[in-house]
Amino acid sequence: MVACRAIGILGRFSAFRILRSRGYICRNFTESSALLTRTHINYGVKGDVAVIRINSPNSKVNTLNKELHSEFIEVMNEIWASDQIRSAVLISSKPGCFIAGADINMLAACKTPQEVTQISQEAQRTFEKLEKSTKPVVAAISGSCLGGGLELAVSCQYRIATKDRKTVLGTPEVLLGILPGAGGTQRLPKMVGVPAAFDMMLTGRNIRADRAKKMGLVDQLVEPLGPGLKPPEERTIEYLEEVAITFAKGLADKKISPKRDKGLVEKLTAYAMTIPFVRQQVYKKVEEKVRKQTKGLYPAPLKIIDVVKTGIEQGSDAGYLSESQKFGELAMTKESKALMGLYHGQVLCKKNKFGAPQKDVKHLAILGAGLMGAGIAQVSVDKGLKTLLKDATLTGLGRGQQQVFKGLNDKVKKKALTSFERDSIFSNLTGQLDYQGFEKADMVIEAVFEDLSLKHRVLKEVEAVIPDHCVFASNTSALPISEIAAVSKRPEKVIGMHYFSPVDKMQLLEIITTEKTSKDTSASAVAVGLKQGKVIIVVKDGPGFYTTRCLAPMMSEVIRILQEGVDPKKLDSLTTSFGFPVGAATLVDEVGVDVAKHVAEDLGKAFGERFGGGNPELLTQMVSKGFLGRKSGKGFYIYQEGVKNKNLNSDMDSILASLKIPPKSEVSSDEDIQFRLVTSFVNEAVMCLQEGILATPAEGDIGAVFGLGFPPCLGGPFCFVDLYGAQKLVDRLKKYEAAYGKQFTPCQLLADHANSPNKKFYQ
Amino acid sequence: WHHSVQTKTKKTLAKPNIRNIVVVDGVRTPFLLSGTSYKDLMPHDVARAALTGLLHRTSVPKEVVDYIIFGTVIQEVKTSNVAREAALGAGFSDKTPAHTVTMACISANQAMTTGVGLIASGQCDVVVAGGVELMSDIPIRHSRKMRKLMLDLNKAKSVGQRLSVISKFRLNFLAPELPAVAEFSTSETMGHSADRLAAAFAVSRLEQDEYALRSHSLAKKAQDEGLLSDVVPFKVPGKDTVTKDNGIRPSSLEQMAKLKPAFIRPYGTVTAANSSFLTDGASAMLIMAEEKALAMGYKPKAYLRDFMYVSQDPKDQLLLGPTYATPKVLEKAGLTMNDIDAFEFHEAFSGQILANFKAMDSDWFAQNYMGRKTKIGLPPLEKFNNWGGSLSLGHPFGATGCRLVMAAANRLRKEGGQYGLVAACAAGGQGHAMIVEAYPK
Repeated sequence: MVACRAIGILGRFSAFRILRSRGYICRNFTESSALLTRTHINYGVKGDVAVIRINSPNSKVNTLNKELHSEFIEVMNEIWASDQIRSAVLISSKPGCFIAGADINMLAACKTPQEVTQISQEAQRTFEKLEKSTKPVVAAISGSCLGGGLELAVSCQYRIATKDRKTVLGTPEVLLGILPGAGGTQRLPKMVGVPAAFDMMLTGRNIRADRAKKMGLVDQLVEPLGPGLKPPEERTIEYLEEVAITFAKGLADKKISPKRDKGLVEKLTAYAMTIPFVRQQVYKKVEEKVRKQTKGLYPAPLKIIDVVKTGIEQGSDAGYLSESQKFGELAMTKESKALMGLYHGQVLCKKNKFGAPQKDVKHLAILGAGLMGAGIAQVSVDKGLKTLLKDATLTGLGRGQQQVFKGLNDKVKKKALTSFERDSIFSNLTGQLDYQGFEKADMVIEAVFEDLSLKHRVLKEVEAVIPDHCVFASNTSALPISEIAAVSKRPEKVIGMHYFSPVDKMQLLEIITTEKTSKDTSASAVAVGLKQGKVIIVVKDGPGFYTTRCLAPMMSEVIRILQEGVDPKKLDSLTTSFGFPVGAATLVDEVGVDVAKHVAEDLGKAFGERFGGGNPELLTQMVSKGFLGRKSGKGFYIYQEGVKNKNLNSDMDSILASLKIPPKSEVSSDEDIQFRLVTSFVNEAVMCLQEGILATPAEGDIGAVFGLGFPPCLGGPFCFVDLYGAQKLVDRLKKYEAAYGKQFTPCQLLADHANSPNKKFYQ
Repeated sequence: WHHSVQTKTKKTLAKPNIRNIVVVDGVRTPFLLSGTSYKDLMPHDVARAALTGLLHRTSVPKEVVDYIIFGTVIQEVKTSNVAREAALGAGFSDKTPAHTVTMACISANQAMTTGVGLIASGQCDVVVAGGVELMSDIPIRHSRKMRKLMLDLNKAKSVGQRLSVISKFRLNFLAPELPAVAEFSTSETMGHSADRLAAAFAVSRLEQDEYALRSHSLAKKAQDEGLLSDVVPFKVPGKDTVTKDNGIRPSSLEQMAKLKPAFIRPYGTVTAANSSFLTDGASAMLIMAEEKALAMGYKPKAYLRDFMYVSQDPKDQLLLGPTYATPKVLEKAGLTMNDIDAFEFHEAFSGQILANFKAMDSDWFAQNYMGRKTKIGLPPLEKFNNWGGSLSLGHPFGATGCRLVMAAANRLRKEGGQYGLVAACAAGGQGHAMIVEAYPK
């Protein structure tokens, strides 16, 4: 299995979630007829309170775009001008979404930084007027309140949020390579304190309503309601509105103070931040941390720090100006374009292009309670799937059940689940050693050892007990699915589902279809994957499919680089400084040297010389000495329980010495080493598209970034080709081809792109 | 015979081949605000008072009692089978078995229906059922860590072992563990859930205060008129004899409006004044097979007829038990809402009662959550909890069920009428309803 630790920036991509809405809400309220022409925002008046309702047409979410913005200004001007209205409530009509953020396409359409800066300044002006409104405005927040939506909410005089799981607040701009450009960098530090504001803006994390209340980001919480005289969601929004109206009145009557009582710690922090020396230290610390984590590859976090600093040290006029300018600059960076591309790709990979399957999978069976099998079980049971987990031995099964329990229990410790919910979820799992209950299974996912004859055996055993409609999915990282399906009585029901370890952390699922796999089987597999919360790419069958295949030539190059005498630590730092979340040598240790050897041999056979390069003997010798990587305690490094800084395994010296080859000086600079790795990866990825293994470049990028840790700042191999230039890459490949031969021969599609500069993977 | 009953020619609910089961009589101690006169007692003391009161009221020979069942919620660990301890202390025969049941606020209901089951199946002829709760004292425990340490210390043999166990002691082990006031599955307190329920059904603060005021006013009137005949005096050791409930406090809407919300602050609608209060008290009732009662020369008060337990979502429908149980028990008995002469519903919170009313009066709720075509319909308020309810009389969790049944039975006798409907909600999202039929005079 290709294991890859999701760390740093990569791990944070979970902030992008597809927002589901369960339809619209129809409510009766009085509207003045003149207002009905507006499409995004309307308002009605209840007593002396204006209730402003946001409801972008034909969309599940509200996004801040130009129309919404201008309608908001219109509405506010009417409210300010009205003698009858003394306060206002701002609420969304869409359950599950307040405002999900600014419209990304609006930014993408801008050609110059100045255009983006102008958008920022317009929003800044509106929100400043809102902030200074003499008629109090209460933001009633239910559902996602992100980015520009949060900046709007923090400009209001008061915030009330629904305390449910769908209600999250946050500033995810940094994940798109930009910054909060509508006053967020200036208001948040004042509202929640400088350290908390940095944390929000630099990580982009989603903050749940109860946490937001503690931080001072919202003033009141409203509990979600159950069924009454209307559907719960509808009544909850209505209730939120009713509560918000009472607070709006209270604020207008000065019976309620918008000021919040701060806790002792908060007061002390606020006091400390008034001392210039302390502030400088905080900036310094945060900057150091950001530099260390981003390795200078992501410009947005540093600019965020800079803008916040400007606002605090030089006053808000300077702060707002800096915010809008830096916002414009960032929106034009390659990094931002790469990250936005990934965002779009991710949205795409959260859809089932095969449509709804004929039969919903309700009963899932998993074979093999190893790391993968148990991981798949965990992400299934917590979505309500009844899951059978079968293993051959009681010890193996027990280990797997414990893994699932631990995964759930860790969520209890983080307060993401209650212990009761954990128990109730865990009861969806049935552990067993036999095939009892398989007659009810709608899908079987096998995650047994990577051995073709074993997979054949279990497939035959399973087919003897499952119903006709049941899908058989194989979790394998390299064995071709068609070979597994060869012994099946019903190959149209056989499909590959390649999960990544650890399954509960890694978002990617690679689904592999053979010539014979039916459309409904694919639909079923994608539906299950989506239910499990995965980002899904669907690829054609072939040795190594897409992900493993791209990784193989790079791994081969890793071996050659090590043979040439680069030590593993140096190699690791070269790869991480290029943007990979895990260094190349460490990656081999994490994956398992035996697994890497296995894959290298299989794919070596399939692709021959092209996958040559390093000498696979290195892996063979490591395996024979028991250096299997992290799992055996030794690989390139030594792993000890409780020891953080790992040391090099000195026993590797003799192996490396015996296989040493002289480096070629013309291709051995640090940069060349980095590019030898990256170009071999990218070249193979493009070849996968060329051969039809991949259907779209977007899936290639998502697979590489979410499954293999390809640097997110480069946006994936295809985005990288577009941004870096195909010609430059081909030039590099040719240089390495001259030194090493066939492994670096640019593939036809890449060459085509180099030959016609207008050709882009993303138009 | 009361005039109105004579004009209705209703059938009796007797069923062929099933024994008729009657309530000979029932009593209760005065229900007191916790922390008042019963505060130094233990639960079995209060239960014993109810049992001795029952013996006095009915003069039942102790040896004919086949079985004793009590309900309780917060168990005193020393007397976990409180039924047995109370019975022994009250002088019942030591040959009469006793057990304790728990089902949150419908524990006494469970005690009664368990007794009904024993009699109907021919296992017993005479059963005493009751319930008790003493909220003045609750078992506060050492923390799990401290308990573990103390148990380990018990097992340690040598001085060295003991020292090694003691060395594991940390100061935070001393933090006590309170009995959960919250629903275990959801961690939500009942008051909080009631407030959300009231909001879900759009029940206003004013409506809740008005209902609570009604409960207190009716209870006061019933108390003043001596209608609460199930109450027996209790001479508390070292204190004066307690003769009446002390939680009845008719106030004014203005006074009630001043209270701040108790659970959802600052904008909720459930307050101390429109909720039932923490109560100490016990109840007991004598249940017999009809032929046995008649053979012993008793004139029973009522029949216990069909009953029904229901359960639903403990989060969002925690307190809707009466809505779910009412139509089912009526259907089972072949009755309609119009047939009921006396409604006795447990009043946990004003908001809960009013939410149940709105649910019962809603076609939408009936169709979407109860699988019914039409709404159940509202119980007429003039027949509803006419002598006060849990809001005003008090609510000792384990004892309320018997009070409801006795109130229904006594009201049917006093007001005239044939059928009473008792219903209650309970923690865990459960509910109970039972038909009480007046015994012909």
